[in-house]
Amino acid sequence: MASNEEILAGLAEIVNEETGLAPEAVEMDKSFTDDLDIDSISMMTIVVNAEEKFGVRIPDEEVKNLKTVGDAVNFISGAQA
Amino acid sequence: MARKVVITGLGATTPIGGDVPTMWANALIGVSGAHTLTADWVAKYDLPVHFAAKASTPATEILSRVEAKRLDPSSQFAVVAAREAWKDSGITEVDHDRLAVAFATGIGGVWTLLDAWDTLREKGPRRVLPMTVPMLMPNGAAAAVSLDLGARAGAHTPVSACASGTEALHLGLELIRSGKADVVMAGGAEAAIHPLPMASFSSMQALSRRNDDPEHASRPYDRDRDGFVMGEGAGALVLEAEEHALARGAHIYGELAGTSVTADAYHITAPDPEGLGATRALKAALFDARAQNTDVVHVNAHATSTPVGDKPEYTALKAALGSHVDNVAVSATKSQTGHLLGASGAVEAVMTVLAVYNRKAPATINLENQDPEIPLDIVTTARDLPAGDFVALSNSFGFGGHNAVIVIRNTN
Repeated sequence: MASNEEILAGLAEIVNEETGLAPEAVEMDKSFTDDLDIDSISMMTIVVNAEEKFGVRIPDEEVKNLKTVGDAVNFISGAQA
Repeated sequence: MARKVVITGLGATTPIGGDVPTMWANALIGVSGAHTLTADWVAKYDLPVHFAAKASTPATEILSRVEAKRLDPSSQFAVVAAREAWKDSGITEVDHDRLAVAFATGIGGVWTLLDAWDTLREKGPRRVLPMTVPMLMPNGAAAAVSLDLGARAGAHTPVSACASGTEALHLGLELIRSGKADVVMAGGAEAAIHPLPMASFSSMQALSRRNDDPEHASRPYDRDRDGFVMGEGAGALVLEAEEHALARGAHIYGELAGTSVTADAYHITAPDPEGLGATRALKAALFDARAQNTDVVHVNAHATSTPVGDKPEYTALKAALGSHVDNVAVSATKSQTGHLLGASGAVEAVMTVLAVYNRKAPATINLENQDPEIPLDIVTTARDLPAGDFVALSNSFGFGGHNAVIVIRNTN
């Protein structure tokens, strides 16, 4: 089971791979669209890669609720529990 | 009077050079871009052909990681070549609504398509990435170039197998002549050194099997030619309405004086043995350029090095040029680059423009025993072209019976 810090670090790595954003820019309170400028296709790529990395399922209807990095970390954490 | 179209920028990434200066220097020396493949899939699938002409500079060394991730390898090559051509053109300001793209491919995003198919079969649909379709679509290269340059007068993708790259120049000329654009980024890109096309071309006996000697496998017009060598890369040319180029004091390489495209309607893969479609294309392109057959001093031939393909081109050249064919210096640069399929016409257009501009025909390598049935004057060592005004031709023919010819006229 990954801690929230580990999930955040893993997510930052995935975001960096997809967008080139520095991993330290990926912080809990950052909005994927407004702060990190991630478009819907990149978001879905991040979701698919996160599912693979953390061994969870993030339903399509859930993705729209993941507005901030913290939302994603919390969802993954809950899904792993 | 139709608008004149000139060439003001050149770009290329090829098996004999990752940019135009390197490619051209090598083309004059005469080098082979074909080498034994080191990829594990050659042994994994026990492919009958173990070599190809890979791009000498991987596009991933030039593009950023994030850029490359969203582009199929064919589109990566397109962006690399187009950026070089754009920079070379020196255009700093342009009306983006009058800037078009005509960027061809023969096969398109075959790596993306088949990697995604593997993912689907091994991991299921959830793992298929959302960018898969925009990366595999054949217009991916044209779209990527259009986005990169901000070209809004249309982004077109001529697809006619190995004639595609030349057809892109034909389309580019039409776009400017008809007034739909003032500047066109025209070119072709291909990245099909992949086990599936390799297996398919092998099974149709189109590829050379000279596994023990890849550097000598591509040998157009040689008696012992046994097939073509797969190549990859891209070529790009900035086409510009003459008045537009003159107004900005542009450096001009030459004029794209005429083009023609015909179809054989004879056989899906075999060329018409009498070369009738190719002959019509040659004659129509010369007519389009308002050129006489005696104006032709140089031809960059399609000449892929297949046993059946090289001769009909000779037949067509003879029919179109008459006895003047004996006075024409013919270069078969696929002997060096291998066959870049849908990119070959664009790369060879760059070669032809440089030959006209520098008055120098590039070398044809590996011609040891010329096929007596093809008595063309083949340039085996780079050769000076005459002084004065002339035109040069570049031919491309593709599966499906596609024939495309361009005519380049000197402006210097």
